[in-house]
Amino acid sequence: MNEIADLWPPIRLTLELATITTIGLLIIGTPIAWWLCHSRSKWKDIVAAVVTLPIVLPPTVIGFYLLIALGPKGPGGWIAGLYGERSLAFTFQGLVIGSIIYSLPFVVQPIRNSFEAIGKRPLEVASTLGASPWNAFWTVAVPLARPGFMTGAILGFTHTIGEFGVVLMIGGNIAGETKVLSVAIYDYVETLEWTPAHILAGGMLLFSFIIILSMIKFEKYFNKSAQ
Amino acid sequence: MKKNITIIKSKFLTMLLIVWGHSYTFAMAENVRVAVAANFTEAAKEIGQAFEKQTGHSAQFSFGSTGQLFTQISQGAPFEIFLAADQSMPKKAVEDGYAVKDSQFTYAIGKIALYSEDPDFVKGEETLKQSRFTKIAIANPTTAPYGAAAVEVMKQLGLYNILQDKIVQGNNIAQTYQFVHSLNAEIGFVALSQISSNYNGSRWIVPAELYSEISQDAVLLKEGENYEAALTFINFLKNPLARNIIEKYGYGTKQ
Repeated sequence: MNEIADLWPPIRLTLELATITTIGLLIIGTPIAWWLCHSRSKWKDIVAAVVTLPIVLPPTVIGFYLLIALGPKGPGGWIAGLYGERSLAFTFQGLVIGSIIYSLPFVVQPIRNSFEAIGKRPLEVASTLGASPWNAFWTVAVPLARPGFMTGAILGFTHTIGEFGVVLMIGGNIAGETKVLSVAIYDYVETLEWTPAHILAGGMLLFSFIIILSMIKFEKYFNKSAQ
Repeated sequence: MKKNITIIKSKFLTMLLIVWGHSYTFAMAENVRVAVAANFTEAAKEIGQAFEKQTGHSAQFSFGSTGQLFTQISQGAPFEIFLAADQSMPKKAVEDGYAVKDSQFTYAIGKIALYSEDPDFVKGEETLKQSRFTKIAIANPTTAPYGAAAVEVMKQLGLYNILQDKIVQGNNIAQTYQFVHSLNAEIGFVALSQISSNYNGSRWIVPAELYSEISQDAVLLKEGENYEAALTFINFLKNPLARNIIEKYGYGTKQ
C-alpha cells in the first residue's frame, strides 16, 4: 500500500496544469471568440470548424500529431532548441500546449455565445458615448459576457483535469512533471493497487460532481440576476 | 453468344465452389482469442499466420501491457489464452481462479536492448556511462517486466542515480519503442524482438547477466478450458515451427 503522501504530487501537478491551461485558454480563446463573433471574413466558418475539431477527434489523433509536432523534427523541437532542449514532449510545457489545443472549443464556444448574446447595440452605444473599441471591449463587452467567461473557464479547467489519452501519449509518465491524476489512477489500476485507485478515482468523481452542480447553480443565479 | 453462356456457366461454377469451400472451412475452423503482452506483437502476428496455415483455426490477438491485460481478464474479458511478459501474472491468474491449473509454461525468454535511431549513437555500456542524451525511454517498471529489467541494468551498472532524471516511461514496451522511433527520446531500453529484423539505428544487446531472466509465461484461461482451438494453439506454441519464429524474433526458448 502506498503512502497517502504519494497521492499528493499528481493531484498538485494536475491542479497546476489545469490552472495554467485555463489562463492560457482565456488569453487565446477570447480574441478567437471575439473574431468569430464579429468578423465577416469568408474564413470564419473554416476557423470555427478547426477550433471545434478537438471535440470530435479522438485523443489518439491529437496525441499522435502532437508527438510529432513537439518532437525534434517539429516546431516544438525548434522551440525547445532555443533553450538547449531537443523536444517538448515529456515536459510540463508540452502538456500545457496539448491541453490548450485539446480544450480550446470548450472555452471558445461559451465565450462566443456570450458575445453573440450581447449583440452590437451596447457596443454602438458605448461608441457614441466616445469609447474607443478597445475601451468598449473591456468596459462593456467583457463585463456583460461574464457568464460565458465563467462557463468557459470552468469547462476548460475541468476538461483539462479529465484529460487522459493525450497526456498518456505525449507525457512519458514522469513523476512531478507529466504524471497527472488520470495517469496515476491508470497506473494504480494496472498494478492492482486498488485502494489508492479508489481514493483518487472517488475524489475525482466527487470533485467533478461538485463543479458541475455549482456550474448549474451559478447559471441559474446569473439568469435570474440578468432578468 | 454461346461463348458468353459458357463464361457465365464457368463463373457460376467458380462461385459455387468458393461458397461451398468457404462454408466447409467455416464449419471446421474456430477462432481463438489471445491476450498478448505488447513486446510479443510482431512474433505473435507471424505465429498467428503459421497457426492458421497449419491448423485451419484462426487466432485473434489483443495487445497491451501485462498488467493491463491481467486487469481486463480479472474483469471477465473474453480471452482464452494469456501470453504474459512475466511469470507472476499468469501465476496470479491461476491462483485467483481465472486460469486453468498446471497449464502455465514458458513460451519465450525476453531480451532487452539499448537502442537509438542514430546509427552511430549506441556503442555499448559506455553510451550509458557517458550519457550524452537528454531523455532515455524505458517501459513503466511497475507494470512492464521489460521496464523493470531496464532499471535493473542501470542499477547493476551503478548508473541509475545519474540517469534517473532522464528517464521517460512508456506505458508499455510498444510505446517505449515509439518514443525512441519518433526521436522524442534519443535512446531507450526496448525489447530485442522489436528491433530484431529491420532497424536503421544502433543497438546494444544487454548481456543477460545484468538483469534477471525475463521468462514470459503463457496460461490457458478458464474460458478456453474445453475449447479445442485454444488447446491447439497452446500445443502449437510448443512445437518447433512456433519456436523457430519465436527465436527468429530474438527471444530464447526453454526446452
